[in-house]
Amino acid sequence: MTTTAQQQEELAALTSEGGQELGTRAMSGGVQVLREVGSVLRLSEAEAAELAERPGRVDGGLEASEDETTIINMGPQHPSTHGVLRLMIELDGEQVLRTKPIIGYLHTGMEKTGEVLTYLQGPTNVTRMDYAAPLFNELVFSLATEALLGIEVPERATWMRMLLTELNRISSHLLFMATNGMDLGAVSMMIYGWREREETLRFFEKVTGLRMNHNFIRPGGVAADLPDGWRDDVLRLVDSLPPRLDEYDTLMTDQPIWRERLQGVGAITTEEAVALGATGPLLRSTGYAWDLRRTMPYLHYDEMDFDVVVGTYGDCFDRYAIRLNEIRESIRIIHQVVDRMPPGDYRTQDKKVTPPPRARIDESMEALIHHFKIFTEGFKVPEGEVYVAVESPRGELGCYLVSDGSSRPYRMHIRGPSFVNLQTLPHMMRGGLIADAVAVISSVDPIMGEVDR
Amino acid sequence: MAADEPAEASTADGAAATEVTGPTEELAGLPVVRSLGQRVLHPARAELREVVARLREEGWLMCLTVTAVDYLVHDGARSLPEGIEPERFEVVVILISHAERDRLRLRVQVPEDDPVVPSLFDVHPGSEAMEREVFDMFGIAFDGHPDLTRILMPEDWQGHPLRKDFAVGRIPVQFKHAHAAR
Repeated sequence: MTTTAQQQEELAALTSEGGQELGTRAMSGGVQVLREVGSVLRLSEAEAAELAERPGRVDGGLEASEDETTIINMGPQHPSTHGVLRLMIELDGEQVLRTKPIIGYLHTGMEKTGEVLTYLQGPTNVTRMDYAAPLFNELVFSLATEALLGIEVPERATWMRMLLTELNRISSHLLFMATNGMDLGAVSMMIYGWREREETLRFFEKVTGLRMNHNFIRPGGVAADLPDGWRDDVLRLVDSLPPRLDEYDTLMTDQPIWRERLQGVGAITTEEAVALGATGPLLRSTGYAWDLRRTMPYLHYDEMDFDVVVGTYGDCFDRYAIRLNEIRESIRIIHQVVDRMPPGDYRTQDKKVTPPPRARIDESMEALIHHFKIFTEGFKVPEGEVYVAVESPRGELGCYLVSDGSSRPYRMHIRGPSFVNLQTLPHMMRGGLIADAVAVISSVDPIMGEVDR
Repeated sequence: MAADEPAEASTADGAAATEVTGPTEELAGLPVVRSLGQRVLHPARAELREVVARLREEGWLMCLTVTAVDYLVHDGARSLPEGIEPERFEVVVILISHAERDRLRLRVQVPEDDPVVPSLFDVHPGSEAMEREVFDMFGIAFDGHPDLTRILMPEDWQGHPLRKDFAVGRIPVQFKHAHAAR
């Protein structure tokens, strides 16, 4: 069908939206030209460099004057802050200048609560601090109490503690793998990390009865013996992990986008990390081989064959790679622990510390008295003060206990590695891009329950 | 185990849980006291920063934690060496030497009427958050700290929770009667 010229004009009149098209340059006035040019801000590199060096800026353009910066508020509810961490970030364009972490949203006064609970109840309290690695909290509290009591823990209890805490390290690092992937957009990694962690937690549930907050490691030993078939369960678990870790390598480590996103981001030097008190993977990422399991061994780590994984550049990628490979080292340790697990008692037979077995209460008056005393008053701990530390997945987890000779700690202070490591955030984010802030927060792996306690 | 030794020491010379090792060991000009086998120093309050700075030169590179204890209602013996006057508060600084692979504890007596301690920020920048926590929880001020504000409690909170005269407290449960159906 052909249309006549008249029909075309009619059609054009009907569908025309008015004068939107660019007119010819000759017809438009100077105002029109300015509007067109100004609609898109174009800056040549020379012009940008000139702007950066103009007076009022020092430190290579990093220090902007007050009226040129924006302060944005990230959190307390933000998917990548791993809980309730609030950051006030001062920005110059996309560049981060100053960062101030604001914490305390999860503060529940656990150190104060620890002063009204007996030493036997203590682990229920501390286990809720670092909820991704609860067994480490129980371990450090129990070790501190035992140091004050001056009691020896049976061999089997010590080896069980090693087995459980190494599995806990794996589950904590798997949680990091999941959240780190999620923070950086590798959402499928979140599902994989969660899947593997869930299998570890399933073993914990079988041993302790709970997936998290176990209250299993107690002063004097552990709460119960390992269940039947634990060896098969552990071996099945740790044998299923290496192929999956190799999958993570394929999915993330070797992937160019992943490397681009992490390499060189949030770098920190050894001097800075030491000055800021950073421990754990954060300190090791700078190339400093400081792992309490190796350098100041506790339990039976001095007899274990494992490598301390260190990084080179102190950037987010090193911290990711360290945690991934620490899972592999933990698997090595677990194999050795499973081979050497001795038979015997799983808690000390000191009747003042360990409650008697249920059956003994019906037979023995002393057992009944001990049971009653331990659960009403609690056992008394000699006067003194002690600091004990273990290597948690996040760094040096310390417990400072002061006893006044009663059955409750006079003062219980937990040195949470997340709390101290969080101080490196402003340092690592300075000069970086706001888009990298999420990667940096994620690589510190803070657990806010431990930060705020 | 090392934990048995203090008990023997207390029966031998009457000092509870304190024993001074044979030839007196010194660090930064202060005698080292052993508590359950761990090394402890008792510097005076005014010289804390100088002692920590000197220790840093001697290889105690990292400040692990700064905390405090309120000894208001402590019934037992305080395990302080002779010449150290016990005060209500005690600021505890824990340092670590990576070369010696050992930790060192500094216990500083802080009087109740003047709870001020020199800040360690200039020596160990990592003590910043810990000192703020001690200020928040015990009301002990740190002289020279760049930003001494509350860190864990709300800004308008009254009192310092970890002091022994601060009650654990509880929030009364209120059973508000249900509104009548309209």
